[in-house]
Amino acid sequence: MTSKRSLARASRPIHKDTFIHPWPEAGLVLFNSPYDPPASLRIENGRIVELDGKCESEFDALDRFIARHSIDCEAAPEAMAFEPRELARMLTDINVPRARLVRLCGGLTPARLMQVVAELNVLEMMIALARMRARRTPANQAHVTNRKESPALLAADAAEAAERGFAELETTVGVSRYAPLNALAVLVGSQTGRGTALTQCAVEEALGLRLALLGLTTYAETLSVYGDERAFRDGDDTPWSKAFLASAYASRGIKVRFTSGTGSEALMGHAGGKSMIYLEARCLLIVKGAGSQGVQNGSISCIALPESLPGGVRAVLAENLLAAMLDLEVASGNDAMASHSDIRKTAKLMLQLLPGTDFIFSGYSVMPREDNLFGGGNFDGEDLDDYNVIQRDMLVDGGLRPVPEEELLAVRRRAAQALQAVFEELGLPPIRDEEVEAAVYARSSDDMPDRDVVADLAAAERFLREGRNGADVIRALARRGFRDIAEKILAVQKLRVSGDYLQTSAMLLPGPRVISAINDPNDYRGPGTGYRLDPERLREICDLPWARDPRSIGRPATGQPWLRPARPARRGEDPREVVIAVGPAFGSALDATLTGLPHREVLAALVQGIRDEGLTARVVKVYHSADLGAIGYTGSQLSGSGIAIGIQSKGTTVIHRRGLPPLNNLELFPQAPNLTLESYRAIGRNAARYAKGEPTRPAPVVIDNMARLKYIVHTTILHRREIERVEAGRDPEEVIWDE
Amino acid sequence: MSEPLSYPLSENHPDRLRTPSGLRYQDLTLEALLEGRAGMEDLRVTAEALRMQAEIARAAGRRQLAENLERAAELTQVPEEEILEIYEALRPGRATRDQLEQLAARLERDYGALRTAALIREAAEAAPASRANPD
Repeated sequence: MTSKRSLARASRPIHKDTFIHPWPEAGLVLFNSPYDPPASLRIENGRIVELDGKCESEFDALDRFIARHSIDCEAAPEAMAFEPRELARMLTDINVPRARLVRLCGGLTPARLMQVVAELNVLEMMIALARMRARRTPANQAHVTNRKESPALLAADAAEAAERGFAELETTVGVSRYAPLNALAVLVGSQTGRGTALTQCAVEEALGLRLALLGLTTYAETLSVYGDERAFRDGDDTPWSKAFLASAYASRGIKVRFTSGTGSEALMGHAGGKSMIYLEARCLLIVKGAGSQGVQNGSISCIALPESLPGGVRAVLAENLLAAMLDLEVASGNDAMASHSDIRKTAKLMLQLLPGTDFIFSGYSVMPREDNLFGGGNFDGEDLDDYNVIQRDMLVDGGLRPVPEEELLAVRRRAAQALQAVFEELGLPPIRDEEVEAAVYARSSDDMPDRDVVADLAAAERFLREGRNGADVIRALARRGFRDIAEKILAVQKLRVSGDYLQTSAMLLPGPRVISAINDPNDYRGPGTGYRLDPERLREICDLPWARDPRSIGRPATGQPWLRPARPARRGEDPREVVIAVGPAFGSALDATLTGLPHREVLAALVQGIRDEGLTARVVKVYHSADLGAIGYTGSQLSGSGIAIGIQSKGTTVIHRRGLPPLNNLELFPQAPNLTLESYRAIGRNAARYAKGEPTRPAPVVIDNMARLKYIVHTTILHRREIERVEAGRDPEEVIWDE
Repeated sequence: MSEPLSYPLSENHPDRLRTPSGLRYQDLTLEALLEGRAGMEDLRVTAEALRMQAEIARAAGRRQLAENLERAAELTQVPEEEILEIYEALRPGRATRDQLEQLAARLERDYGALRTAALIREAAEAAPASRANPD
């Protein structure tokens, strides 16, 4: 037998996630596997002859590469002499300069690197990450893909992404032959708006290199490395082939970052019983040894595997931290689907968002997740408003900015039109006007007209064969009146000539201006240092298009006041009267309740309720206080029956009886949003029944726990308007109106 | 001795930058592209610029990145087809130790690419003496 509560919990999304206990033999272990080697390092004549318990003759290819390229033999003796805990403490100590830590961490072996981060809890890791990331300014990367590989939609989405502040855009393909067209579409979109994003197309290594050489992409990311030799071989590479590839990209002035992440070796069956973080430390040393400026890690596509284990989310943060400790740029994951639970996904995101990384996401899906061809979309286009709110809540720079709808539509249209022109100029299958129009307003590729796939693929192959390139695209744009986009693409491509964006953590600001760990080094040393929101960025983050000017809420009534003071209110003698006491702004400065019920109709309902019971109503206006207790109390003092209904302008209501203290009552209706005209009539009836001394069942009230959340801002503002109308010395007056 | 390098080069030393065909950085304009005075072949880094970037990286304590950029400087002269060929040879099971040794020797001879050749020789040590998966 299961309780109904447990059944309710079991139906929650979190129960679709898989949770397991560790199993070291299968590599399903995060830290400190019993099969991890001891940390050790021996150097003879400047040459590493022992690494993590293995002597040189036992080295596998990865050990050899790490020993030869990755570990700083000058720093190593000092670094390896530290207890892991001592280094861990230094990582969280703002008084130890980053440069010293970078030097020491550069002298550590994979096993020791794991031991150091294993000492830290998540809070300490976040502090360490905030200090150790290479670039001061955090940024973000977008995924831009769609299932139909619609070029107009890719261009529009790329333009929107850049407009929203994404510094890098990554596309990929469903069918690899589409690659040149997808890269082209994203390239054109990326430079359409005010943004200046770098672009890449994730495809097989050789094709990826070719696209970059042709100037259709501006950086590359998916150079995958593994912490086990067999997994490396299954990935069809060696450390040397990857290192060569890195140099090949750089030789053309193209930025690269490598890819690694926990869980890949276990998934491929090659963990050898080693812990995920030990294997990741090996990966990162290969990345560093190969001379890559950075890495995307944080488990990436394997994310649900470490997350199935206890401490999995912490381990993924440890990965990001390790990369930063090794002075590598970090694009910190958060891309692949990590959980069915929004709560769990958001909690995980905080570990990268709050400290900030070079790229918080290595792919935030700007489209709905069903259009994400990376298996990504952990956060997607429909979460963007939430993301912008989180930035604003925490005053944390997550790399994005809210953009008004009309600006988004404008850049989407222009990007699709520009690509349409480029397609025509370069003899590619035409993009029809209806595709442009659909791309502006589409939610997903379901809204896009179908294209002739066969013709597109043939054209893509021809495009590649003929070696059409970035220069052709720039010329086509300029010839067709998109000179501004042409200039921007040229400006980005020109950076290849200087090689400025080959430095660690390079990204572009509008201009384009290059910033990197060289001219924007992370100098965080505690409060008042490091990255801070400048006033302009602060304003940008705070300025949600849907945030309202509070002065416009509950605007005072503009028409003629319909409730007119008639005479000073006297104590009534008639036991068959009920007084309705209204607040100082009721029917004058304000003319509707919180939910927009017109005061006139509310008053009519109260009066009608009293008359339903055969009694009469007298309405008085209270000026000396806006407080509901005081209004009701004043009414009861004046009422012939001793019963009064007090009502504030926002609609909050009380039934009071003479003789009760001001803050006590017969019935209180504190949540105006839950009151309807019918409720007000029922309140009127009850007040009359109390006056007659009849047994009375309290009027039913809907309980809605969301009401306060929904209306508290309006409540505050309406109440303020009521208080503005308070006149301390003015006595209550009887009011009349035309019924 | 030249002045110390100030990053970014494109902002601080545009006068020291040239495209592979010798065009000055400032002359790499949209007009030049439209009039055919510049093309994709100009939108590439030169060995000189890469060596300057290597110097900047090394001064920032990034030895491995600097070495990568120095290898890249050597590869600026190597045609794309040859680069793809070398990459292919370095992948697992593609080339024997001798074949890699020959590639290294060719890079040294034809392009003076000493550092890249050294990297390939290291890979050769790890490669099988004979073809692992003959086809």
